[in-house]
Amino acid sequence: MDLVTPGFGLIFWTALTFIFLLLILKKFAWKPILGAVSDREEGIKNALASAENARKEMENLQADNERILKEARAERETLLKEAREIKTKMIEDAKGEAQAQANKIVQQAQAAIEGEKKAAMAELKNHVASLSIEIAEKVVRGELSNKDKQLELVETMLGEKSLTEA
Amino acid sequence: MVGFASENEENKEDKDFDPKEMIMHHVKDAHGFHLWDWKGHAVSLPLPIILWTDNGLTTFMSSEFHHDDTGHHVVEKNGGKFVKLHEKIYQLNEDAHSVSFDAEHHPVNASTPIDISITRNVFMMWVSVIILLLIFITAARRYKKSEDNVPTGIAGFIEPLVVFVRDEIGKPMIGEHKYKKYMPYLLTIFFFIWINNIFGLIPILNGANLSGNIAFTFTLAMFTFIITTFSGNKNYWKHIFWMPGVPVPMKIFLAPIEVIGMFVKPISLMIRLFANITAGHIIVLALMSLIFVFKSIGVAPVSVAFSLFIGVIEIIVTAIQAYIFTVLSALYFGMATEEAHH
Amino acid sequence: MSLALLQEAAALDLGSIAAIGAGLAAIGAGVGIGKIGGSAMEAMARQPEMHGKIQSSALILAAFVEAVALFAVVVSFLK
Repeated sequence: MDLVTPGFGLIFWTALTFIFLLLILKKFAWKPILGAVSDREEGIKNALASAENARKEMENLQADNERILKEARAERETLLKEAREIKTKMIEDAKGEAQAQANKIVQQAQAAIEGEKKAAMAELKNHVASLSIEIAEKVVRGELSNKDKQLELVETMLGEKSLTEA
Repeated sequence: MVGFASENEENKEDKDFDPKEMIMHHVKDAHGFHLWDWKGHAVSLPLPIILWTDNGLTTFMSSEFHHDDTGHHVVEKNGGKFVKLHEKIYQLNEDAHSVSFDAEHHPVNASTPIDISITRNVFMMWVSVIILLLIFITAARRYKKSEDNVPTGIAGFIEPLVVFVRDEIGKPMIGEHKYKKYMPYLLTIFFFIWINNIFGLIPILNGANLSGNIAFTFTLAMFTFIITTFSGNKNYWKHIFWMPGVPVPMKIFLAPIEVIGMFVKPISLMIRLFANITAGHIIVLALMSLIFVFKSIGVAPVSVAFSLFIGVIEIIVTAIQAYIFTVLSALYFGMATEEAHH
Repeated sequence: MSLALLQEAAALDLGSIAAIGAGLAAIGAGVGIGKIGGSAMEAMARQPEMHGKIQSSALILAAFVEAVALFAVVVSFLK
């Protein structure tokens, strides 16, 4: 029975001591310790958050860089393409012009040649005509120099005529 | 402890060894530290006796009883005559000169004055308080010294324990929003119980069995009860007197049960700690007593082995009981402050 | 009958009767704590990630069961 009867003296001293201990420890131990621990936790949380922010910013920056690089690359591509197009167009143009020029020259040459040829032909014809007339004059002269020959000719011609009629 | 018991047996009256008396002597509180016996004389550290009698405060040292615990040695102080019987102080009636006993060996002509002596439990409690203050204030200073709140030295040892009480006891039992208010109490009670449990296990302190004393556990349980009662919100009282969500006859039936439960909670706290610690001490002492009961040295190895085994378990129990007391206190605070969620 | 029992009880040492009572309570509490421990172990084996939570609630439940046995022990001190 004695063992389970709380004695007044110990209750008194325990209560007093415990309240004293609670107040002193609360002020001088728990407050600083818990404060330091939660401060540190807060600090760690903040540091993690700022690290996360930095990482995000870095990511953004990288994305920006990527974008700019892409744009530059695209621009270069288009520039090159344009240049190439201009080049081919210029070549094409030059070629066409040259062709046209050449054709024109050839045509002009042909026309000139044709003209010359015609002129030469006409001259030749004239020459041939005059020559043939001269020859014919001479031949006719020679043939018709005597009577016999004239008769013979007439004869032949007549002969031919009948032959043709037959 | 054991040495003391055997010397008792040999040097004093030639009576049989009574394990029950020896165990009770060690488990209960005492006025003075009995350290050892030297050539038939007890060597002890006297402690002050403080009494509140009809003549006012009366104080004297326990050494004035000259190690008498049978009520024969009468000390006259401040107009009163005092005797010590089974570590209890009795004041003799005016006309009496020595104690007379009835059939059951209770004194008949003496009364018990209000005794607020510094007993060995109170003394050890103060020693534990000094140690706690030294440890925790030194640890707190460490934080102030370091700029970045890094725990160094003893703070590195203390901090995991403090964080354990906060994260494993305070936060889950009371709730994320309200636990802060109760943290000083929970931390103080946890370390106060733990260190006194450990002190109770140290044999050289002659079994200053503070946390195995029902007055100590009663006081701490009362603190928990008072804090629970005063922090109880509307929802808590409603759950006690008018349980929501059950039919009216059930409400009437439940109310007295809940009111009883309100008081059973601190009583179970009190008894759990007291009985666990006391039972552990009794088992260790009983195992040791076997040697003297059988009067044979052959039993000693078995006794020592078993009490060593129990001692190791007791070391775990010191921490577990401190944890349980704190967890249940926190649980009761959590119940008292819980918001309605039906 | 009951008078005879009472007389017999008075003849016996009251302490030993209390000890028998405490022993009976210890059996009950032993079964209870054993069941809690067993179930906690199973739960921990099934869900090792919940280890800490299960352990602390098992300890608390064991404390509740143990309280009953301790009440009995205290009653046996009460003579």
